[in-house]
Amino acid sequence: MTAILNIKDLRKTYAGGFEALKGVTLDIEEGEILALLGPNGAGKTTLISTVCGLVTPTAGTVTVGGHDSQRDYRAARELIGLVPQEVNLEPFEKVWNTVRFTRGLFGKPRDDAKLEQILRKLSLWDKKDSAVKELSGGMKRRVLIAKALSHEPRILFLDEPTAGVDVALRKDMWDIVAELKADGVTIILTTHYIEEAEAIADRVGVITRGDLLLVEEKAALMQQMGQKQLEVELVAPVSTIPAALAPFGLELGAEGRSLIYSYDTRAERTGITKLLNAIADAGLTLRDVKTRQSSLEDIFVNLVSEEPA
Amino acid sequence: MNWAAIAAIYRFEMARFFRTLLQSFLSPVLSTSLYFVVFGAAIGSRIDEVEGVSYGAFIVPGLVMLSVITQAISNGSFGIYFPKFIGTIFELLSAPINFLEIVMGYVGAAATKALFIGCVILVTSTLFVDLHIAHPLAMLAFLVLTCLSFALLGFIIGIWAKNFEQLQLVPLLIVTPLIFLGGSFYSVSMLPPVWQTVTLFNPVLYLISGFRWAFFGIADVPIGVSLLAIAAFTGLCLAIIWLIFRTGWRIRS
Ligand SMILES: Nc1ncnc2c1ncn2[C@@H]1O[C@H](COP(=O)(O)OP(=O)(O)OP(=O)(O)O)[C@@H](O)[C@H]1O
Ligand SMILES: [Mg+2]
Repeated sequence: MTAILNIKDLRKTYAGGFEALKGVTLDIEEGEILALLGPNGAGKTTLISTVCGLVTPTAGTVTVGGHDSQRDYRAARELIGLVPQEVNLEPFEKVWNTVRFTRGLFGKPRDDAKLEQILRKLSLWDKKDSAVKELSGGMKRRVLIAKALSHEPRILFLDEPTAGVDVALRKDMWDIVAELKADGVTIILTTHYIEEAEAIADRVGVITRGDLLLVEEKAALMQQMGQKQLEVELVAPVSTIPAALAPFGLELGAEGRSLIYSYDTRAERTGITKLLNAIADAGLTLRDVKTRQSSLEDIFVNLVSEEPA
Repeated sequence: MNWAAIAAIYRFEMARFFRTLLQSFLSPVLSTSLYFVVFGAAIGSRIDEVEGVSYGAFIVPGLVMLSVITQAISNGSFGIYFPKFIGTIFELLSAPINFLEIVMGYVGAAATKALFIGCVILVTSTLFVDLHIAHPLAMLAFLVLTCLSFALLGFIIGIWAKNFEQLQLVPLLIVTPLIFLGGSFYSVSMLPPVWQTVTLFNPVLYLISGFRWAFFGIADVPIGVSLLAIAAFTGLCLAIIWLIFRTGWRIRS
């Protein structure tokens, strides 16, 4: 796969002197879905805004489909659709007109059939002649998506598309994202919901205090999450792991009071019975047994809290 | 040039205007009629003629200019202030368009609205006075140029303004006095010499003078000077807007 978006050492210091992006480097593959996770104020919106031209970067480069986002901004921006975090819409305008307006802004010729298709996909067709202010919050958010899709972008930015959206609508939104992906659209979305990233993303990025801490295939993260640990507490501490237990790849717990065994829950055989038998055969007595599973949430919380304030 | 974008902005802005067409139409008709009743009847009965033109007719160019300038500024400023205020400006900033295209769309629409109102006033005034326009084409050219240049000024005000008060401030505090002191309702030659000199620093004087020349063939300042003044003013506004978009002042962080 080829990268459709290259972000290189992107920095943004706001006028007040606040450094919101501290050198973010990120390549996004054509057709993938990337979820950006991060606490409030991490810099997610700033990152998106800088790529889309709303915020002028202090340093660094952004290349969209091979076009530099500053020097060649027309070609770069034509490829991008943006759904902002805030619901910014003209209240008195009709849905149809506002969607048509966006298509025009991006230099695309009028195409009513295309707009109809988009509005139908977003279940907005029967609202096309309603004024925006007559719509519910969830519908307004979908109008924003319709606007962003109106000029047939190849990259779509969704800044917290499911914030304040009920469970049913969230599922709808995920379906929409999946359909867009099937159409070949590259999607970058931000979210505070880890299950959302799990449900729809191909890759997950974690950003805090202006730093991109991690970008990984979701599958690889799931692998980590699929790892479970079994901790066997011993009555009498040991100084080394008995040779008979070597095949299990155990770790020694604090002060030799426990043995820690890592295994994959999805494997056919976890090897737990064998291990417990082997421990008994080695003459060790068990006090307690605990299991622990790391989740994406744990990984996320760890990453975010490790950062010094 | 992204013509589709210019057309989209222009159409969107004009749609707003057409939604309130009746208001847009009625208020200038009403205010013009009032001016004719007050100025034309009350003052006109004392001042017969100004430089050979009946007072009622003499004030028509000033009246048209007064409304056109006010309208061009308020439409021009509101057109760009509103998206800034409600946040939809993000679309303009993320679209593949440059400052000239944004300006052409918004200022073009604001100028069109002002031009429409100028024409309404002109037609209304024929109900009160006999009008013979000496140079119709020059009249139209002056009118269009005024609409455009003041819509540009309005656009700058709209970007500068941080709240609705500021949006009203410039037109109220600066532009209206300039229009009234620019010879809308009198000939500068009627003023004491000191004030004549002061008035020469008022840019609106050149507009109204040139515009009046197009009507009656009489002017306070030479027509060439008027043209030069309006061209310089337009150029200055364009340069400022270019600078605003280059630096992102008050629109891009
Ligand atoms: N225009 C601005 N001027 C100054 N500082 C800003 C501006 N916009 C954002 N910031 C600051 O930059 C930091 C990052 O903000 P940003 O909106 O990018 O965060 P975020 O990750 O999108 O947060 P959230 O999850 O709350 O949406 C914050 O500390 C914010 O206060
Ligand atoms: Mg945000």
